[in-house]
Amino acid sequence: METIEHEVDVLVIGGGTAGPMAAVKARQANPALRVLLLEKANVKRSGAISMGMDGLNNAVVPGFATPEQYVREITAANDGIVNQKTLMAYARGSFDMIEELDRWGVKFEKDETGDYAMKKVHHMGTYVLPMPEGHDIKKVLYRQLKRARVEITNRLVATRLLTDVDGRVAGAMAFDCRTADFHVIRAKSVVLSTGAAGRLGLPASGYLFGTYENPTNCGDGYSMAYHAGAELSGIECFQINPLIKDYNGPACAYVTGPFGGYTTNARGERFIECDYWSGQMMWEFQRELQGGNGPVFLKLDHLAEETISQIETILHTNERPSRGRFHAGRGTDYRQRMVEMHISEIGLCSGHSASGVWVDEHARTTVPGLHAAGDLACVPHNYMLGAFVYGRLAGESSAAFCAQHDFAPVDAGQVERERARVWAPLQRERGLPANQVEFKLRRMVNDYLQPPKVTRKMEIGLERFTAIQDDLGQLLARDPHELMRALEVHAIRDCAEMAARASLFRTESRWGLYHARVDFPERNDADWFCHAQIRKGADGAMTSFKRAIEPYIVPMAEDERASYQRLRVPAAAEAAAVRSESFPEFQQ
Amino acid sequence: MTAFAPLAQHPAAVPVSVDPDKCIAHKGCTVCVDVCPLDVLAIDLVKGSAYMKYDECWYCMPCEKDCPTGAVHVDIPYLLR
Repeated sequence: METIEHEVDVLVIGGGTAGPMAAVKARQANPALRVLLLEKANVKRSGAISMGMDGLNNAVVPGFATPEQYVREITAANDGIVNQKTLMAYARGSFDMIEELDRWGVKFEKDETGDYAMKKVHHMGTYVLPMPEGHDIKKVLYRQLKRARVEITNRLVATRLLTDVDGRVAGAMAFDCRTADFHVIRAKSVVLSTGAAGRLGLPASGYLFGTYENPTNCGDGYSMAYHAGAELSGIECFQINPLIKDYNGPACAYVTGPFGGYTTNARGERFIECDYWSGQMMWEFQRELQGGNGPVFLKLDHLAEETISQIETILHTNERPSRGRFHAGRGTDYRQRMVEMHISEIGLCSGHSASGVWVDEHARTTVPGLHAAGDLACVPHNYMLGAFVYGRLAGESSAAFCAQHDFAPVDAGQVERERARVWAPLQRERGLPANQVEFKLRRMVNDYLQPPKVTRKMEIGLERFTAIQDDLGQLLARDPHELMRALEVHAIRDCAEMAARASLFRTESRWGLYHARVDFPERNDADWFCHAQIRKGADGAMTSFKRAIEPYIVPMAEDERASYQRLRVPAAAEAAAVRSESFPEFQQ
Repeated sequence: MTAFAPLAQHPAAVPVSVDPDKCIAHKGCTVCVDVCPLDVLAIDLVKGSAYMKYDECWYCMPCEKDCPTGAVHVDIPYLLR
């Protein structure tokens, strides 16, 4: 096992969606820069969109929506807790990015006149642009990486960022999951784009890798940002999705909605007005299950044969193409049977909710020289197109940072300590296997953190996560692959602790199911109309604090603010009200 | 101390299967190994074909789609099926 040193101008960590865009844009901003894209898997097939994507669900296209309308929609969807400047930076960059991706060869659905075929799925505006042939998006990105001559390293797992005495980023450390060689990468600026913390809760199947997110995305970036002193935000606003039961992939009501598909209860009745994912929608989903009307289903069996064939083609060739095999194994034909759904385990992901590393409208974190983009950067409901737009911003900001700063000095002590931590599991002859520690940790995340959140349970969870910190010192790896899993457990544990502490800190309920606290069932704007942040304190302890919300740049009418609190179909709402009198514990 | 307990050998039915008659790993092909996000595939140097070494599958299918000879098949992991 060797130690290998690199020196680059811009280091991009994570080669999924935002990362390749950041790398290309940094090179375009200044072709003299040395840009390294560091990937844990292989850039050709990594990250959330390894098999493509079936649509954009937040496209701001002129003639259908304005940036101001989009900012209002997401402000309402995220219960007001947003930095509107970051939403606006996305919204203003959205259409240019669609056109650029189109020129690069990404296929979007167009009507007979060549205009983008926009669909309405959200509660208020029209933002969905289908991509029925979106399976090649990674190939398109790869071609651009080659054209821009971005340097790429695959199978390197980043574990910690390097910082100087002033707290500025100085590079990162990583190891090779094939050889266990240790890499020290010096860089003037760094982009973190490592995706969601998708291996936090344990899927009900018990299969560690049966997650919604690509399981490579285990929160390593959240952990790295935290240990580098960056501020994280909205961690208590969990990612919880309505998914196909057991398969744990998206049912894609937003894809089927424009064709006439929708979410129903067991009686085949609609109970939510809008299939766009939000905490408020998940709350209604949970109420339907607990009220005795479950399970919840995706209903397509009323549609015409040609419509169903078209839906099958889209859903079984894009994003999660093994879905068709899952349905075949269960005997689920959309023509005859509705698709059983359930509520997922928890994760952290700003792409879907709001839990992430705090960034400004230029993708800058609170650590000088460190930028973040994609699912891990706190820009609520950002999704794939947001990852591209913020990837662009992060690449451009990184290039600008390089123009004004030289390298920060590397702290030899940091390198020595991290190498010892990384290699330790290989040097033990006996110890705990990573899969067992991970299973127990994630099972306890379910037991103690899955909403509705209960104060006493979360306190016990925190005790357990602290105890598991000691177990990490016993992790055993018999080869470099197992070493990757062992180091991932460190990151998952950090995320579990952050999730517990952030949830305990915000003593109110907000975002529907995402932060439903049984002991504090009401929303409390007087005390909690603010961001809740987490940071590593000067004493090394995890610290929570409030950050004021910047004055809105797009004014919100009172009825707009509350629009996402009225998602239940009225008739079903009355029935649910009667039921919740019998089950008051499920009433918010 | 329990942390120093020996490890068991757990059997697991893995979701990815490779047809050794079609696999051309013995000619130097490593496509499926290269594209797997979770790095769970490997080449058996004695048999000259690819196989699933670690039961850590996202059933995402790049290995099957990118295989040049159609040798790889991805099933849904048994626990989810």
